[in-house]
Amino acid sequence: MCLAVPMQVLEIKEDTAVVDMGGTRRAVRLDIVDRPPTVGDYVIVHAGFAIHCIDEEEAKITLQYFEEIFADETSR
Amino acid sequence: MKHLDEYRDPHLAGKLIDKIKALSHRPVRLMEVCGTHTVSIFRSGIRSLLPPSITLLSGPGCPVCVTATEEIDKFIKLSQQKDTIVATFGDLIRVPGSSSSLQKARADGADIRVVYSTFDALDIARRNPSRTVVFLAVGFETTAPTIAAAVKEAKKEGIDNFYIIPAHKIIPPAMEALLAGGELAIDGFICPGHVSVIIGADAYRPVADKYHIPCVVAGFEPVDILQTIYMLLSQIEEGKAIVDIQYRRAVNFTGNEKALALLAEVFETCDAPWRGLGVIPDSGLRLRDNYRALDIETKFDLTVPRAQDHPGCSCGDILRGVKTPLDCVLYRKVCTPSNPYGPCMVSTEGTCAAYYKYHD
Repeated sequence: MCLAVPMQVLEIKEDTAVVDMGGTRRAVRLDIVDRPPTVGDYVIVHAGFAIHCIDEEEAKITLQYFEEIFADETSR
Repeated sequence: MKHLDEYRDPHLAGKLIDKIKALSHRPVRLMEVCGTHTVSIFRSGIRSLLPPSITLLSGPGCPVCVTATEEIDKFIKLSQQKDTIVATFGDLIRVPGSSSSLQKARADGADIRVVYSTFDALDIARRNPSRTVVFLAVGFETTAPTIAAAVKEAKKEGIDNFYIIPAHKIIPPAMEALLAGGELAIDGFICPGHVSVIIGADAYRPVADKYHIPCVVAGFEPVDILQTIYMLLSQIEEGKAIVDIQYRRAVNFTGNEKALALLAEVFETCDAPWRGLGVIPDSGLRLRDNYRALDIETKFDLTVPRAQDHPGCSCGDILRGVKTPLDCVLYRKVCTPSNPYGPCMVSTEGTCAAYYKYHD
């Protein structure tokens, strides 16, 4: 089962990071994450490994699209 | 929470449903390939909010569910070997094999331990140097690199009592096999989120090009899934069949280079048996020569007799999307989460378990 919730990086030690999601903390390995995260980044975690750093720019573009959906509605 | 609440906004979901309704002119059948999408769709009630013209089908995206019965039988045989510890992810334990399960084998004395990560299995091997520790390597492209990392680490550290039994499956060949089978009409694929984080959306191009089926990679929240359905409908209405990504905060077209390089270093593709789909060419992973010594089958003979599924179990047809659990004679009557006859009722992301929990 995929863990759909991104977790925020609190601390980094060599090959591992401590991540947090709503107070739940966990150590995850960084062997296969797409780019080295920094503290404060959000990562996607799978079976004890960070597999991806959330792309903040892309997230913004998606949210802008959502705003456009609302704008469409109000301009009608 | 950031990157979560934005995609759960009921008001936004309502707008997207209105847009979907406005665009939906004819019956379409969309398949969500991933088991986590299946659960998310049921949990958020999306099926009941969509117009009746849109049918959502659940596909072969639950790793435990597609593990062939003969593989389960092999795992059980492995657990009965002398001085052996089997390490596994939890949901495999209760899956019925031909005549037993890992859970029953454990009750009979086998040492089977549930781990959260492949590196937990490595730790067990470090702490038990006189025993053989075997990780059951089940899962899709999301899980396989984590196993490759453990295999590489074991070799590097010289942990010579750590092995795996490779039973991985690769998603795009299964999607092609479903379409090539010709028994199912699909108008669009809701492609898996975290498999795609690793392999990249380009991996679905053969499906889109060869079979002219739109493919959109989706995130897991309700708004993600609704936007994906809208994107698929737009393509269908325009007669397009391209690969696109809704889940752009996590997925790109080329995938996770580091994970793919590790996968390619440790594994190579091979034919693999899928429950319900049979053997699919190049849909599995085996260890490359350089790592082959970590395959437990180089140490033990794990040949098992031909597997026997329960004759009434419809998991195979359900995994192909040609039946729903409601068409199964065992569903709810005798097959329940506490007494599962097939894997789709065992795994929390199995279609039968999702129906049982969320369907009226």
